[in-house]
Amino acid sequence: MAAVQVEGLSRHYGEREALDGVSLSLQEGQTLVVFGPNGAGKTTLLRVLATLLRPHAGEVRVLGARLPGEAWAVRGRIGLLGHEPLLYRELTARENLRFHARLHDVAAGRVEELLARVRLEHRADEPLRSLSRGMVQRVAVARAVLHAPELLLLDEPRSNLDPAAVELVDPLIGSASGRTRVICSHDPGGGLAEADVVLGLRDGRPALLRAAGELRAEEIVELYR
Amino acid sequence: MRRTVGALLRKELLVELRTLESVPGMSLFAVTTFVVFHFALQRSSVDGDLAAGILWVTLLFAAILGINRLFVADADQGGFDGFLLAPVERTALLVAKALALLAYLVALEIVAVPAFALLLLGPSLGQAMPQLLGVLALGDLGIAAIGTLVAALAVRTRARDLLGPLLALPLLVPIVIGGARATSPLLTLGHAGDPPTRWLLTLGLYDLVFGLIAYALFDFLLED
Repeated sequence: MAAVQVEGLSRHYGEREALDGVSLSLQEGQTLVVFGPNGAGKTTLLRVLATLLRPHAGEVRVLGARLPGEAWAVRGRIGLLGHEPLLYRELTARENLRFHARLHDVAAGRVEELLARVRLEHRADEPLRSLSRGMVQRVAVARAVLHAPELLLLDEPRSNLDPAAVELVDPLIGSASGRTRVICSHDPGGGLAEADVVLGLRDGRPALLRAAGELRAEEIVELYR
Repeated sequence: MRRTVGALLRKELLVELRTLESVPGMSLFAVTTFVVFHFALQRSSVDGDLAAGILWVTLLFAAILGINRLFVADADQGGFDGFLLAPVERTALLVAKALALLAYLVALEIVAVPAFALLLLGPSLGQAMPQLLGVLALGDLGIAAIGTLVAALAVRTRARDLLGPLLALPLLVPIVIGGARATSPLLTLGHAGDPPTRWLLTLGLYDLVFGLIAYALFDFLLED
């Protein structure tokens, strides 16, 4: 069964079509990388799959649940890492993660484990506002995988991270995590390397949908011209 | 549900303790307003209907400040999305936010009522205090239910700072009327009697109705 199945998805904001006729299929354990210039609809697609936005037309199935009607069935099985870290600046990293752990009914030990894995134990009791953007992004990664989601939705997940931090978070959100992933990226080379399927969006419409093995990075660069 | 409400309420109070964005502003507003009334009325003290009116109108406007801030951290820092992604009952957010607002109102009144007694009130509050606290509690419940509902509605709009008070004020007027009528005998020189039962019942009924409306509508307000 496909982990993500989308047929003719459309979504608009007022008069503007953010997504128009998007279709795709992603098997369990596969990685879909979505490319496209700013405003192409990548983030909107992620938010629809995350159950945060309703599709206005088309059929969307995520982990077997039809959206939006069965959204309740997949909340808690999805991990979203967006542009915003979904964390409170005045709370510490530990407080933020414990808060999310309580919402997801996850044991406190998992918070400590993840703080260690993103190497933030020594700064875990400082308010988030006093941490660098890269550190906040590491906390956000820990938040996204806290409840061991089956599907990861990642919007430029390595932004703000230095190479050492990328190595830290890769086992959690990279291909080694073994999870089904949908990633929005602006990095043709890097994105293509971890993709099984590539979707290119332009003005909300699908401009490209192919297996990653059949694509060259130059074809992705063309999307941005 | 209880565990979720506990987690949300704890987070809410922690954020307020760290930022001090709501309660100090509400309290300062109330005290300043009493000072303004003190000079504007050119009277050293007030009692009865006037005292009750001043107290409740001041508490109402101070509460609006808290209502306007209630969901701001969630909207600005992505807390809404974080909550919506969790497999929990959405009503838990309503209950936690209403309890947080209730706590802010109690904190406000701990400052505002003594300040009111000191700056404006003629009669002593000593004997009437238990009944006054009862009336204030009834008013606070209604303000918390309506305030949470309105704040959730307004926060996702661009004009949230304007829309919040515009929606809240008409809905809160019956609470001010009921609260002032019920409080008036308690603030009259010589203690004119107990709060009229019909006004207490009116406040209680209003709280119940808006509690149920908030419960029924809240899920829809969080939907896209």
